Amino acid sequence: MVKTLLNRFAVSLLLLAGVANAANPEPVRFALIDPLTGPMSVVGQPALEQLKFTADRLNEEGGINGHEIRIVGFDNKINPQESLVQLQKAIDDGIRFIIQGNGSSVGSALLSSINKHNQRNPEDRVVYFNYAAIEPSFTNERCSFWHFRFDANADMKMNMLTDWVAENDDFKKVFLINQDYSFGQAVSEAAMRMLKEKRPDIEIVGNVFHPLGKVKDFSPYISKIKSSDADVVITGNWGQDINLLIKSASEYGVDVPFLTYYGNTPGTITQVGEKGVDRIYLISEYHGDFTDPEIAERQEKMYKQTGWDLYPRVSVMLEMIKKAGDKAGSVEPVKLARALEGLQFKSMAGDVTMRASDHQIQMPTFISVLKNNMSHGAEGTDFNFHEVAAFNAEQATLPTSCRMRRPK
Amino acid sequence: MLETIVFSTLNGILYGLLLFMLSSGLTLIFSMMGVLNFAHASFYMLGAYFAYALGLHIGFWPALFLAPCLVAVIGAVVERYGLRRVHASGHVAELLFTFGLAYVIDELVHLFWGSIPVSYVPPDYMQNALFTLFGTDYSIYRGVTMMIAVFMFAALWFLLKKTRVGMMIRAALTHGDMVGHLGHNVPRLFMGVFGFGCALAGLAGVIGGPLLNTEPGMAQTLGPIVFVVVVVGGMGSLIGAFYASLLIGLLQTFFVAFDASIADLLGVIGISVDPYGEVTGITLASLAPMTPFILLVLILIFRPCGLMGELEP
Repeated sequence: MVKTLLNRFAVSLLLLAGVANAANPEPVRFALIDPLTGPMSVVGQPALEQLKFTADRLNEEGGINGHEIRIVGFDNKINPQESLVQLQKAIDDGIRFIIQGNGSSVGSALLSSINKHNQRNPEDRVVYFNYAAIEPSFTNERCSFWHFRFDANADMKMNMLTDWVAENDDFKKVFLINQDYSFGQAVSEAAMRMLKEKRPDIEIVGNVFHPLGKVKDFSPYISKIKSSDADVVITGNWGQDINLLIKSASEYGVDVPFLTYYGNTPGTITQVGEKGVDRIYLISEYHGDFTDPEIAERQEKMYKQTGWDLYPRVSVMLEMIKKAGDKAGSVEPVKLARALEGLQFKSMAGDVTMRASDHQIQMPTFISVLKNNMSHGAEGTDFNFHEVAAFNAEQATLPTSCRMRRPK
Repeated sequence: MLETIVFSTLNGILYGLLLFMLSSGLTLIFSMMGVLNFAHASFYMLGAYFAYALGLHIGFWPALFLAPCLVAVIGAVVERYGLRRVHASGHVAELLFTFGLAYVIDELVHLFWGSIPVSYVPPDYMQNALFTLFGTDYSIYRGVTMMIAVFMFAALWFLLKKTRVGMMIRAALTHGDMVGHLGHNVPRLFMGVFGFGCALAGLAGVIGGPLLNTEPGMAQTLGPIVFVVVVVGGMGSLIGAFYASLLIGLLQTFFVAFDASIADLLGVIGISVDPYGEVTGITLASLAPMTPFILLVLILIFRPCGLMGELEP
């Protein structure tokens, strides 16, 4: 009796599973290869949480063309070799969509490896979505059909930043401090080149590189900034390196403006607080004004749910991927990638386009500065970044030297 | 130029004192028990995390005193129930035990406090300027840190040289058996010294946490440097550790502070080379993180027993 009951139960379960399968096609999985532990995890964890947060919302809307979105985190400890191991793991797991952002050194390794994989396995392609590795070459001489960049590259950001600096006559002496690897050098090189062009009278009083993620005490660098008599500092630092740099600067009472690529890295605002007000500038795809009530609500919810602030760029990336998949009617990598080329999307900051010629996103960009008593504070404080300058997508764009080779 | 020198000196000394706090415990434990405690930097990390966790409830100052005590208790327990048992199996077993312990503590910290840095910051009023020199603020916190370190050094010296306990410890260093025969409880002394050494590491963590970021990797970043300090200073020599700490602290900060490359340095002594060459173009600043290890190699080549060491390493 019991046995027959059990049998029936088992059969009905099987049937149920079958029905569920028919309604829900295979989930589509995305591998996030980023630092999820260690000192640089402050930039990996929020991306992972944002992806999951956005995926939940998109799944309610039916996922990508009916496929449920699943995010799988792979910890690369910000090490390029480790990233390749994790990439192989993800590919062996059957994941065909790779997401990565932190560290152009990692991005570069992934890019070469994914290109190679796709060349060797024409029937089994992998696509790489990059939300923050912004060394310019990825969408110029090294551009690849398999790589899509959802952040303005270092040159684009520096172009806008130097436009803004050039208009400000108070800036006479610029100090550059960057991480000692391809990205930091690209930032420094672009800054010098563009400043020379736009404001030949500006003097570069310092151009310093420090090891990536290794410096715990920035005091010596701060005294260098101090003694250089600079009246503005430009830095591409991210992760712990921007955190500690800003913290040290405020501790030593350095009161010149810091123009940063990533001053909104989690932890920075908490540590610098009032001393960063009107001093820390950020160039980014969004700011902390949250004029759109829907986005503001999303920010509140995200912070309550995960303890991290909204990461707009990562959210937009996943939404665009969904739109491309829906448009292609498939989650097959090549079809989705083709649909993503030239795709237009209405993001919280305005219209963005994934330029087909080099897979570099074209989007509006803002310069903002840290303010107190904002209606939507970051990191649970009252501080956030308030818009000071806006650039539309046409102003943000730069030409590309990419000659894209597409699969047949 | 002057301000660079002044601030680099201040920073170098502060960093050096922090290193000394860490290495003094290590060298004390080594000279007494012959145990190279691989988990020493982990106790430093525990100190920082305890102070952070306690500070949330009881405030900064009470936590500053309580956290090292807590670390001392843990250290003592580890010695009593771990090391003492392993001791019978010889030094290799002890080494492996502390090595394993370091991993266990690392994982526990990950488990309890997560893998991202915690926001352990000194109270607001301590972030104000103690004095302003050449337009640069020197925060009260840094001043206090330096004071605590100097005070600790004085107290340690007093304890070892002027008290009865210190006498026993010094005697046990060289003639452990004899001290035992005279009726002193040597194992308990060992336990005390181990606990005390851990407390010093904990104290370094408490005051170093806000300066150098409190995160699960902090033990790994400082661990190797502490060993360098002990070896450079001479195994088991407190005063050697003191000199070595300051030397490394100053070297590292000054290397960063000066804009010079290897070519510039060679230029000073009259050898002119390509200033933008692969090797000769390397700046001193980018060599800074390497300096402790370069020093280690040089010391081992030219003075294998360390600056002040009497024991063979």
